[in-house]
Amino acid sequence: MNDAAILSVTGLRARVADEDLHILRGVDLTIRPGEIHAIMGPNGSGKSTLAKVVAGHPAYEATGGSVTFRGEDLLDMEPDERSQAGVFMAFQYPVEIPGVSIANFLRTSLQARLEDDEELDLFDFQELLMERMELLDMDPSFAQRPVNDGFSGGEKKRNEILQMAVLKPSLALMDETDSGLDIDALKIVAQGVNTLRQENPDMSVLLITHYQRILNYIIPDMVHVMFRGRIVESGGPEVAMELEARGYEEYRKAHVA
Amino acid sequence: MPTNEVIQGLGLDDYKFGFVTDSEPVFRTRPGLDAEIVRQISARKDEPEWMLKRRLKALGIYDAKPMPDWGGDLSELQETLDQTYFYVKPQEQMERSWDDVPENIKQTFERLGIPEAERKLLAGVGAQYDSEMVYHSLKEEWESKGVIFDSIEDGLRNHPELFRKHFGTVIPAADNKFAALNSAVWSGGSFVYIPPGVELETPLQAYFRVNQERLGQFERTLIIADEGSRAHYIEGCTAPVYSTDSFHSGVIEIIVNRDAFFRYTTIQNWSNNMYNLVTQRARVHRGAHMEWLDGNLGSKLTMKYPSCYLMEEGAHGEIMSIAYAGDGQHQDTGGKVIHVAPNTSSSIVSKSISKGTGRSSYRGLCKVYDGATNAKSNVECDALLINETSRTDTFPYIEIDERSASVGHEATVSKVGDEQLFYLMSRGMDEAEAMALIVRGFIEPIAKELPLEYAVELNRLIELEMEGSVG
Ligand SMILES: Nc1ncnc2c1ncn2[C@@H]1O[C@H](COP(=O)(O)OP(=O)(O)O)[C@@H](O)[C@H]1O
Ligand SMILES: [Mg+2]
Repeated sequence: MNDAAILSVTGLRARVADEDLHILRGVDLTIRPGEIHAIMGPNGSGKSTLAKVVAGHPAYEATGGSVTFRGEDLLDMEPDERSQAGVFMAFQYPVEIPGVSIANFLRTSLQARLEDDEELDLFDFQELLMERMELLDMDPSFAQRPVNDGFSGGEKKRNEILQMAVLKPSLALMDETDSGLDIDALKIVAQGVNTLRQENPDMSVLLITHYQRILNYIIPDMVHVMFRGRIVESGGPEVAMELEARGYEEYRKAHVA
Repeated sequence: MPTNEVIQGLGLDDYKFGFVTDSEPVFRTRPGLDAEIVRQISARKDEPEWMLKRRLKALGIYDAKPMPDWGGDLSELQETLDQTYFYVKPQEQMERSWDDVPENIKQTFERLGIPEAERKLLAGVGAQYDSEMVYHSLKEEWESKGVIFDSIEDGLRNHPELFRKHFGTVIPAADNKFAALNSAVWSGGSFVYIPPGVELETPLQAYFRVNQERLGQFERTLIIADEGSRAHYIEGCTAPVYSTDSFHSGVIEIIVNRDAFFRYTTIQNWSNNMYNLVTQRARVHRGAHMEWLDGNLGSKLTMKYPSCYLMEEGAHGEIMSIAYAGDGQHQDTGGKVIHVAPNTSSSIVSKSISKGTGRSSYRGLCKVYDGATNAKSNVECDALLINETSRTDTFPYIEIDERSASVGHEATVSKVGDEQLFYLMSRGMDEAEAMALIVRGFIEPIAKELPLEYAVELNRLIELEMEGSVG
């Protein structure tokens, strides 16, 4: 039974809308409240696509299987509805929004969660933003910069984590958030995630990564290996260790045949 | 790409100024234009002979010049002009007290927020209704310092020498066909003089309203900012929605004397049955600073290129414009900077948004004359396309006859992309909110320069009826 699952993916098949080739070819994945799952796998295996299909990217079309979030059919919801329900994706490639400050962007995101006749309290918002930036060791002036415009790779990733810290999701999909971060930045990001989990022990994380390193700071309950659009192996943290040592060669041999 | 529903929800096409006021003009010329009509206009204004002569000469120039074959589609304009009332006088005389303005006209301006704007600390307010200024006032504080802010007719009547010395010197009748037309039939507009060293702390504002169907509005504004003065003038325009086309062709001449600073802000929000063909030009003297801030939101076709003639050493000119072209609209806008003297500098920043079948064009000229050593100019034009059917073009003309000049030009075209929309939606905004945020971000560098109530109005326009588009 998956009753307790926060995210339940079953037999998910997905492709780029209107194209024949399937990128996801039957993915099964269950995450329970408070769990951390890591997904590893070679470039092009479909990790980002899985995250984007869960978050509702319109470029992809699910052609089979199901995705439920707390028992609700996620595939039936718009991306903003999924966000408001508690799904958050930290993008592998965050998008630039020129002329829109991070503060304005987050304020609009929070305002969108309120009823039409409700106004976000600006003082409360300012306080929340400042507190979250402190948590992530960010300079307050960062919030005045236009979203991702002219940001370094590391700044973009930290901006994603700031958004997550402000929006407080119950399921965070983190797509290669650790790529391009130096060890100090990585520790700050990991600490941010861990603090959020302390605040909300039921928060679940799906962590997509190429490197075992981040898993020393955010300890996973499960590690999955994705290969050619399927999860081909699942286990504990030791799976990540083994991958680090051996690479994906054995999967290649097994799946090319 | 965003859905049509969401695009409708942007509200930019939802025109809230389209109402008609039931008012009887006290006089109007018959439709069409000829010398007799020009004489009638001049006689109504009780003008000196020299002005009538100038008008008639300008009419000859207008008749002789062909319709422009560039810019927007003017192929049906002549037909419109044949039906147009070139002069409609709304009330007997211009008033200086708001209470004396006829009730229905007063209500119109109240609906447009004019007296309210005045209360918000403006230095002075003018209001034009059809062909005449119906109201003009200047705060006592500024009047006592010698500031003149009057209707153009009163400028001619009360300050004949100053007027005659400058009128038509920045934009002669022969400049272009529509400058000639305006020079023949001009009516209404402001006459402004800022004495040396006077710094106006709050803006002067003039508001132009068209009410009469098939009207041609031809306001004429002459502004002299004397040495070391500082001032800001704001102009706003709206009109009712009619099934027939209307015509607006203003001429704005500004003289910015030594070390003065002048900013002219326009928020043109005409209904989309309006041809809006305007000539705006500033002559900028030694060390002086001129800024045009130009917002073009409405009209059927706008052709408007505010320009700065940098005549003496150290003069500086800036042109910042935002254009929004909705379905069926064409905004052909841009700017011109002419560097005549050494160490002059200029910048043009132009942003356009095209939606549906809307079309925006950037048309600009940067000219540096031989001898304008170390002139510097920078042009940046950015276009945002909302639909596949939206269109934008760039016509940057650059003519440089001076080797030491440095001129930069940058143009970008962007589309509201799926990736941007998804990014914002994945943070909880619906498609319409996401779109509005992208558009607002795009115009932010210029919108932040606008007076607050206009910036708010612009935001409102972008967001209007968003809720309705989602459900
Ligand atoms: N929008 C798209 N259009 C075309 N191909 C795509 C698109 N998104 C992903 N793909 C292809 O699908 C495969 C998986 O991509 P992705 O999910 O980004 O892999 P990963 O994140 O594991 O590196 C790759 O071959 C990629 O080129
Ligand atoms: Mg990826």
